[in-house]
Amino acid sequence: MAFHSFPWFGMDIGGTLVKLVYFEPKDITAEEEQEEVENLKSIRRYLTSNTAYGKTGIRDVHLELQDLTLCGRKGNLHFIRFPTHDLPAFLQMGRDKHFSSLHTTLCATGGGAYKFESDFRMMADLELHKLDELDCLIRGVLYLDSVMSSGPSECYYFENPADPDHCVQKPCTLENPYPLLLVNIGSGVSILAVYSENNYKRVTGTSLGGGTFLGLCCLLTGCSTFEEALEMASQGESTRVDKLVRDIYGGDYERFGLPGWAVASSFGNMMSKDKRESVSKEDLARATLVTITNNIGSITRMCALNENIETVLFVGNFLRVNTLSMKLLAYAMDYWSKGQLKALFLRHEGYFGAVGALLELLHPS
Amino acid sequence: MAECGRVDSNTSHTMDKSITLPPDEIFRNLENAKRFAIDIGGSLTKLAYYSTVQHKVAKVRSFDHTAKAAAGDKLYEISMQEEVTARLHFIKFENAYIETCLDFIKDHLVNTETKVIKATGGGAHKFKELIERKLGLKVDKEDEMTCLIKGCNFVLKNIPHEAFVYAKHADSEFRFQTTNPDIFPYLLVNIGSGVSIVKVESEDKFERIGGSSIGGGTFWGLGALLTKTKRFDELLQLASKGQHASVDMLVKDIYGGSYGYLGLTGDLIASSFGKSATADKDFSKEDMAKSLLHMISNDIGQLACLYAKLHNLSRVYFGGFFIRGHPVTMHTITYSINFFTKGEVQALFLRHEGYLGTIGAFLKGAEEDNPNQYSWGENYAGSSGLMSVSPDMNPMQRARSGTFPFDMLEMDRLERQLVNLPLLQDPSSYIPDTVDLTEDALAREYWLYCFEEALDGVVKRAVASQPDMPEAALRAEKFRQKYRHKLQTLRQQPFAYGSLTVRSLLDTREHCLNEFNFPDPYSKIKQRENDIALKYYQKAVKSLDELSWEEKQFALVQGVLAGNVFDWGAKAVSDVLESDPEFGFEEAKRQLEERPWLVDSYDQWLERLKGPPHKCALFFVDNSGVDIILGVMPFVRELLSRGTEVVLASNSGPALNDVTNGELQILTERIAAMDPVIEAGLREDRLLLVQSGSSSPCLDLSRLDKVLAMVVRERQTDLVIIEGMGRAIHTNYYAMLSCESLKMAVIKNSWLADRLGGKLFSVVFKYEVPAGKPNKDCGAFSPS
Repeated sequence: MAFHSFPWFGMDIGGTLVKLVYFEPKDITAEEEQEEVENLKSIRRYLTSNTAYGKTGIRDVHLELQDLTLCGRKGNLHFIRFPTHDLPAFLQMGRDKHFSSLHTTLCATGGGAYKFESDFRMMADLELHKLDELDCLIRGVLYLDSVMSSGPSECYYFENPADPDHCVQKPCTLENPYPLLLVNIGSGVSILAVYSENNYKRVTGTSLGGGTFLGLCCLLTGCSTFEEALEMASQGESTRVDKLVRDIYGGDYERFGLPGWAVASSFGNMMSKDKRESVSKEDLARATLVTITNNIGSITRMCALNENIETVLFVGNFLRVNTLSMKLLAYAMDYWSKGQLKALFLRHEGYFGAVGALLELLHPS
Repeated sequence: MAECGRVDSNTSHTMDKSITLPPDEIFRNLENAKRFAIDIGGSLTKLAYYSTVQHKVAKVRSFDHTAKAAAGDKLYEISMQEEVTARLHFIKFENAYIETCLDFIKDHLVNTETKVIKATGGGAHKFKELIERKLGLKVDKEDEMTCLIKGCNFVLKNIPHEAFVYAKHADSEFRFQTTNPDIFPYLLVNIGSGVSIVKVESEDKFERIGGSSIGGGTFWGLGALLTKTKRFDELLQLASKGQHASVDMLVKDIYGGSYGYLGLTGDLIASSFGKSATADKDFSKEDMAKSLLHMISNDIGQLACLYAKLHNLSRVYFGGFFIRGHPVTMHTITYSINFFTKGEVQALFLRHEGYLGTIGAFLKGAEEDNPNQYSWGENYAGSSGLMSVSPDMNPMQRARSGTFPFDMLEMDRLERQLVNLPLLQDPSSYIPDTVDLTEDALAREYWLYCFEEALDGVVKRAVASQPDMPEAALRAEKFRQKYRHKLQTLRQQPFAYGSLTVRSLLDTREHCLNEFNFPDPYSKIKQRENDIALKYYQKAVKSLDELSWEEKQFALVQGVLAGNVFDWGAKAVSDVLESDPEFGFEEAKRQLEERPWLVDSYDQWLERLKGPPHKCALFFVDNSGVDIILGVMPFVRELLSRGTEVVLASNSGPALNDVTNGELQILTERIAAMDPVIEAGLREDRLLLVQSGSSSPCLDLSRLDKVLAMVVRERQTDLVIIEGMGRAIHTNYYAMLSCESLKMAVIKNSWLADRLGGKLFSVVFKYEVPAGKPNKDCGAFSPS
């Protein structure tokens, strides 16, 4: 195995967020320490001693994987994100810190690896090694699930998804996961059927994803961040916005086995002027979240049926700090499939592409 | 979800109470109405009733010839009789007019045997009290989805060209589907406030296999919030002007171009409203509405495809208020279906989609009358046609313009049950019409002009056919206005009644003539022609019998062709005939084109005749007079002599100068009295006269009398002969049959002759043997 010189980065430049993983070696010998150029030290210090970078960069400290052995080296894996529109600032920083002098390969995936390739070259004198995002995604998922770490289990599910009082998160592993439906919810959604590490296909996708949730919330409520939108959603009531089956039939629509609580028309109540005037921003945010989440659930379920797959793994940054959506998805999978489908989730929600890119740097496939 | 969740538009239902309805046009035949159903949606009310219509029909009755009346007496008498037929009326109007309409119905309802009115639709409960008070009928609510499916089955079965594919940028936006006798199974995606996806397997078996909460209500509700625009159609208008790319995050916004590895193009939407999440700026109402429209249409299309795939269904119909008459949504749904299935599944829409609920509710209430046992036909004279009311006009605008916007569909119960000709090679791909005028703009222009030109003559003949009726002129004038209006409508909206064809133009004219009690304008002309021709029958047969076998075969064909020149339906001929009544049979023969004809497989036909006789020939006949008597009958006589049984199929009702079954019965009896071959044929049951079930100058082999189909099967028919321009050229020119077929016609229209590469009076003699048939003597012939 050829040793790859530090620093070790993997990058995933999505439509909304840039995800960066950084491996911080903790087993640096004194000899190495001496040889290490100042630029490299400075980068390491900058990344590991801060949890926020600039106005919008954030290190997800709770996701950090410590005492990891990667490519024979021991160290910590850090997870950093910032909005894609702040990429110029990031490039400026790379330039200021003379990143290009390190002669490293920067493995990058996501659409931005293509879109911003020339910006990397022009602004920071960096050559990107571009990688396919779905290849990276799958590689990252399988890797993080397999690594032994002292932290909590990577994979988990919700027990009793139908019962809000007893719905609890339970750890599990992805042992014998195939075939697996992998649903990546970023700005948009991609749905992949995975049959083995190297055998997968993109089944379909939908444009109704995290970007739609946030975009609509911004327009409807005037909020500007994902966290704000989620906070509002957690306080709202979607049933004031949506028209339910019981709003039409007074109860269940028994002829077709539709329960009264099911949503008949998302935002259906908003056809009426009076009701438009009586809902709160929180209600609208909640309805948006429920609409997008249920729709993803619905399409996922149909794909699972068409592909004859029973295990569904949801990933992507839409699920970050979004227990509401995860529980909804878990419930939707369970209820509409009468217990046939199982929804699984991963702790490192949106970072798998970046992890996959890093792995590609160390173990070119 | 079903469309039951529709919400009322903000117009009050009490507005326009003072409006007066044009009673001649709307709620026709109300005095005989006996059964009602109503479907009240969010903004439109659809009313259905069953009524009986008194029609004048021309009947022929043979005189008693045993008395040996003086020579020159007429062969038969024509009498006008009243006949009662059943008709279904469907009327669609805005909820705003419901009270006015109910008052009108109450005032005009004579027969009040009816005690209940079947009701469906989300608004039914809201207007229940009003309906019960106004009409004194008990409102009986029916399940919405059941009504929808029943209605859908009914229109798919009974209305040719009901379903269409929408193609925004094609020459004709509406591409109508041929009626497939096997309508099941299919998927109905009903986009009301939510979406219901229903799998229909048979008349009574259907299942809601799925749905989505993202539907028309989402577009309307979310759209109203985003754009502060209240009305659904205004939102659609906004959307049609917007640019979604300024709001949506496209693949190229993320990748800088396409995502080549997966074959996703740069213009594909990666994240709906994705730009409004990252860009801090104002978005235009139009752009947001467009983005929303795309988001919802794509989502519905995707789900529909997933369900279609899971249940292995390829026919997917879309309906509901989101679709109804809106080219914008039909386009986006079509686009989405094409994208997700790569063209494997086509999005289908229905011409009478808005009526499904009320048709179904009506059928539910009429089950004791077994409406499903009958065949029904759309009455072009009384139906408004697709897009008759512009969806872009809102009720206020319409109220100001002083018009009462309504849309009508009338379905006539046909006397006979109609089925496919069992000899069609592939019923599912059979298209009767040779030229689709919806797609062929040049041909359309010509024929519309041609029919308008011929209108004066038709009016004149209609008046002349009823010399004893002084008000005939007034009625004929009304007919002229009605038909001219239809032609004008078709000029603007060629798709109004399905594919526009010469057949539909002819049929529409017949329907309009019937509407004004001109059931058979040619009855007297046909009578005179039959009388004259009959006098020459024996002479004609005798001269044929003097010929050698080969000469005779050719003379028989020539006779059929020359006889066919006698056709009052074609303008070029009627001009000659009217100016020179002595224009004779022999002269007509001389007019015929010399061989080789424009399409000429006579040699193959002759070779075939040298072989064994056919088991049974089915002959679709054309005109009265010389054609049937001097052309067809000698030909039939020869077939009988060869040992071939003959089934003569003629129209059930009158159309132009075509011989009707009633007339043919009398004529054949008279000929039998002179001709032992015909007489023996009738007596031995080897010559049968059956009705086609049609009253059209053209021929739709997928809608033929059930009895005819039965006879064809029983007799093991192995030869089909189709005669005349209407049946063998305007229709069926390309029809593929599973047995030998012979199409004979003279082209009596110079434009059409030109189109086909011939000239006036060019001959088409098209003898075909289906591929794979054992008879090696006669290879299939294709026109040059």
